[in-house]
This record gives sequence, structure tokens and C-alpha cells, in this order.
Amino acid sequence: MRMAPKPIQSFRDDFTYSNSPGAVARFPFPFPEDEYMYSVNIEPHVTPGPEGSVYEHLLDIDEHYLSEMHERDLVLKENPKRCLAMPHMDLACWDMIDRVMHCFSEDYPEHFKLTKAGDQWTWENKLLNINDSFTFGDSSTLPLPPMEYIGRQVQGDFALLDQRDGDLFMDAGIVTCPADWSLAFDAGMGFKEWHGPVPMAHEMGIFDRALKYLCAIPLGRPVRRLNWTLTVNARMDTSPETYPSWGSDRASVTPENVGEKVHLRVELQVLDRMSRSNALMFSIRTYLISLEDLVTNPEWAKRMHRVMKGLPEQLIEYKGLTRFHPLVVDWLAKYDPAN
Amino acid sequence: MSTDSIRVRVSGIEQVSPLIREFTLEAIDGEFLAFSPGSHVVVEMPAEPRPHRNAYSLLSDPRDSGCYRIAVRLQEQSRGGSVYMHESVKVGDELSITPPANLFAPNWNAGKHLLLAGGVGITPFMAYLPELKRRGADFELHYLYRGSSTGAYREQLKAELGEQCFLYDSEAGQRCALGELLADQPRGTHVYICGPEELIAGVREVTEELGWPASHVHFEAFAAPQPGKPFEVELSRSGRTVKVDGETTLLEALEDAEVDVPHLCRGGVCGQCVTRVLSGDIEHRDEFLSAAEREQGDCIMPCVSRASGKRLVIDL
Repeated sequence: MRMAPKPIQSFRDDFTYSNSPGAVARFPFPFPEDEYMYSVNIEPHVTPGPEGSVYEHLLDIDEHYLSEMHERDLVLKENPKRCLAMPHMDLACWDMIDRVMHCFSEDYPEHFKLTKAGDQWTWENKLLNINDSFTFGDSSTLPLPPMEYIGRQVQGDFALLDQRDGDLFMDAGIVTCPADWSLAFDAGMGFKEWHGPVPMAHEMGIFDRALKYLCAIPLGRPVRRLNWTLTVNARMDTSPETYPSWGSDRASVTPENVGEKVHLRVELQVLDRMSRSNALMFSIRTYLISLEDLVTNPEWAKRMHRVMKGLPEQLIEYKGLTRFHPLVVDWLAKYDPAN
Repeated sequence: MSTDSIRVRVSGIEQVSPLIREFTLEAIDGEFLAFSPGSHVVVEMPAEPRPHRNAYSLLSDPRDSGCYRIAVRLQEQSRGGSVYMHESVKVGDELSITPPANLFAPNWNAGKHLLLAGGVGITPFMAYLPELKRRGADFELHYLYRGSSTGAYREQLKAELGEQCFLYDSEAGQRCALGELLADQPRGTHVYICGPEELIAGVREVTEELGWPASHVHFEAFAAPQPGKPFEVELSRSGRTVKVDGETTLLEALEDAEVDVPHLCRGGVCGQCVTRVLSGDIEHRDEFLSAAEREQGDCIMPCVSRASGKRLVIDL
């Protein structure tokens, strides 16, 4: 890790979350062109990626590690159903433990250490003061169920997709920072069911092609894509379960506070085949940047304006931006020389 | 190979039935990955003029990544891969394999697992069984073979599984009455078939008549590439023309021409090698494309499918 984890900041109430200049510099800006078009945009997640970038390792850890783990704890205490694993997913959860512990201990050895003697594993997470010994594959030897145990140590949401009948089913996961979707609602659903609401994509045949591609992801060949939306305030937990506490935020945006309040929310989604269970691990790593911080990069500022200005009406609606989208476009206009 | 290949050493060879040999493979560098039951690897054999590449199911315990084991039935009529494995491969030899891929995984939501093996089709189930037992799943194995040629592992299986194992030696006149067997299963049973095409077709027919949901019927349907008529392909991006002779697959001809096409199974199932066709008629021989996609006639699975005419133009 290039950046040391900062002390805990909040993603709710007083919203003390902030990005250091280093975090701004490595932000995964998602728009390759001035015009935005919904596409699958999947590419191989070949690691190591560029040094210091969010693509360097299979799973990225940054300065917000402690803040996000604290936020996850708050969400799980409010609603334990934000983490679930159907009984047939136990082995897949252990696959995830295996993958996370191996990656973290190799990629961030200053913070994590894995010691193995056959099935007897010892895991040390120095950031969270965890030091546990357990029998690999035996869930009774962990202090928490396997999904919650490992989920409380990784930044970003995770789902484990069971593959059967040429489809992918969301049968396990830990989801505490979703962009308006619910694990409890999608649990057990197939790929096309949980993607039901995306406008235009069905007509384009995107899901059929994407599903065939995802079902064929081989071992050791993870893929990634970026997804994005806008979020008012640096709020990680924009879930349907907590809508009453954040839905009204959208009405709080004014011409004066746009730059500070509105955040570009980017998800780095990675899909990785699990070896023992054949499940796909789907990690959704969320990055938040205020428009104020975003426009410190003139190229991003200009492109952000053009993309927002040209966004199709259906997508504005789908992403829940209707209320404040015009304010965003107006505020960004001054950073685009074409205006 | 277009996937990362793994160098392996053959550490053991055992004749497990008159026509079937088992090979134990060890990783030369590092460790193998654990795998999921039903996985296969593609073994690359260094033959001339071109390597043989055949897919074989892994039959060892999936949680034991110390070695991989495969079993190969000698196919005299084949294009040479199995003959090579039987006649040329010796203990200590090095081969390449792909990482395991799974197109035949158990459905863990099944109330009961009914495994139907024909001959060397027992191999994927050898990897199912340890996992089924670990999970305490309800299952039965029905194993059809010819006593004088196949029937590998049957004594071991009978000893380990007892009343959950049913053996049918066709040469001893023992028949598996598919109709009765399948009619007798509790609701929520999933059936898995690995074996000759006739066995798969038979089970599909009976389950359809009995009204089983298609999602409860699983089969491993690798199509070994069959020979055909020679043809030519034009590669639209480079303008090159590649000749495909009758004994060679389109995928092999492209590889000979050093055109890289992604692939996993080389048997018309995984869908990785799908390639766009710009003109020419296609003889589809795969299990991957839907009827509608075949109808459109604008893509081909070069691992098994061929031109039905003399020429194809493909988008490569």
C-alpha cells in the first residue's frame, strides 16, 4: 500500500470523509470519452497493474480502510441481514477466505500475514488487531460465520455467485455500501433477474452476451469493469433498506453547495473464479470523490461536464439523478472551455 | 495455448481396465490449484506435426491439490490423442495442461444426486464422490460398462459406496432400466450423465417424457472434433487465406497459422472460441450456440464446426 490508512472518518451524520491529494490522483475516473454510453466494458484484470493505481492488486486497499471497516460494523449492527450466505455456499466462502488472505498477505505484507501448516491456518490483520488460528474449511473454528469474518476485513461489497444452469445466482455476500441495491432482495436471483431494472441494456442483448462471457471466466483470469453514479454527501450506505435516511439528501443540493455535496461514485467491479466451488467472487470496490476534488484535474473536469450534459434522460432517471442533475451540469460548465 | 499452461510431470501410470489408463500428474513449478468437482483440463501432447490437445476430467479428490489424476480410454478411431497417451507417454514425461475449468458442476441445491456413468464417463464422478460425501448429500451412482474393456474402479467404488453403487456389466447381460430408474426418483432429484451419446440421448428422452425440468438434467457433452471436407478460410483483417484439410479442425488450422483464438474445452461446449463469420455457410457441430444464433449464421465455433461449402470469411 502506498498510502497509510488514515484514522477513522465518517460516511454519515457529520461526513468527515475526505480524500488526500494522493487519493485524488489515483481515483479511477470512469469516462474514456466525452459521450457516455452504457456498455459492458469488461476487461482482463491483469495484476500487477500500474504501481500505486487502484488496479495494482487484485483487491485494492487504500487510506480509507479503517473508516470503511468501521462503517461496515455500524451497518451490520443496524441490520445483520446485510451479510448472508446460503448453506450450499459455505465452500465458496472458504474459497473467498483463501483468495483474500493470500492476496492481502502477498500484496500488503506490512499489514497482513498468513501462516499455513496443512489445514491449520493463522491469520494476522495488524490494521484491525486480528490474530486468529483456525482449521481451513471448518466454519466452526472461526469466531464469525466465514462470509462475515472475511467480509469485515475487506474494503468494498462482495457477492459470491453460484454458477448453475448457465446462470449466476447471488447466493452469498456482504453488502453494506451499495449504490441502491439490496442483497436481501437479490439473494437467490439469477443474473437477468437482478439486472432487471437497467434501461436499454436488455434490448441491446448485452445481458445474454455478458452472462455467457462471465460463465466462462477461467481460474486465474479475473476481469474487471467500472460502474458509476452520483451520490449526495460522502455516504457509503445508499441501500434501499436505509432509503428514508438518505433519499431526501437529493433535495439538499443547491448551486452553492454542489461542488462539496455531490460525489462521483465509482465502483471497481472485479469477477474472479473460485477454485473449489466454481463460484464467481464479485467484488464491488467503491470510490467517492467530491466534484470539488474532481475538478482539480482539468481533464476530468472538462470531460465530466460533457458526459453529464449528454446523459440520456432514461439514465438520469435510472441513476436517481433527476433532482440535482441540472445543478451539476451548470456548476461544471465553467470548467469546460467549449462553453 | 491461449490460457496459461501448466507444466506437469507424469508421476504414475496405471492400467485401471483393459482399455483405460490412469495418469497421475504433478506440478513441475509450484502447486496445483484445488478444483471443483466436474472440472476438466486440456492436456497438450507434443506430437508431430502438431500437438494433440484433448480434454480430460479430473478424477482425484478436488480438495487434494498435491496431484491431478486423469483416465484415458484408448480410442482406436480417434484422431490420435488417446493412442499417444497410451503408447507414447511414460512415467517421468513432461506435458502441458490448462488450468481446470468446469462445465459439469454439481447443483448443490439438488435434493438428491443421481449419477449415471457409462464406461470412462465414470471419471468426473470420481471427483464428485468425495465432495458429495463431505456434504452428506443424498446420492446414487449407476455405472454401466463392459467387463472386458471398461469398468475401471468398480470394485473400489462398490467397496466404498456399498448400496449407493449400482453396477451394470453389459457383457454379463446386466441392463440399467432407465425408465424405471428415473420414474422412481424423488422430486428435486438432479441427474448427471457422463458417457456415450446414446446414454445421454436415452436419459434426456426418458426425463422429457417424465416431465423432468431440463434444469435437473446435466450432461457432459464434449463433441470430439470429427473430420470433414477440406475448405479455406479468409481472415478479413489480414486478408490471409488459411487452408483447412479434412482431418484438421478450423481451430487447429488457425493455430498452425499462428492466429491466437481463445479456447477452453476444444469440444464445442465452453463458447470461448466463438468467431464472427462474414460470409460462407457453416456446418454447426457445437453444443454452445442457440438455435437462433445458428439460424443467423454469423458465428462459428472453430474447435468443432466447419464450413459446409468451400470457403468462409471470418472476422480475425
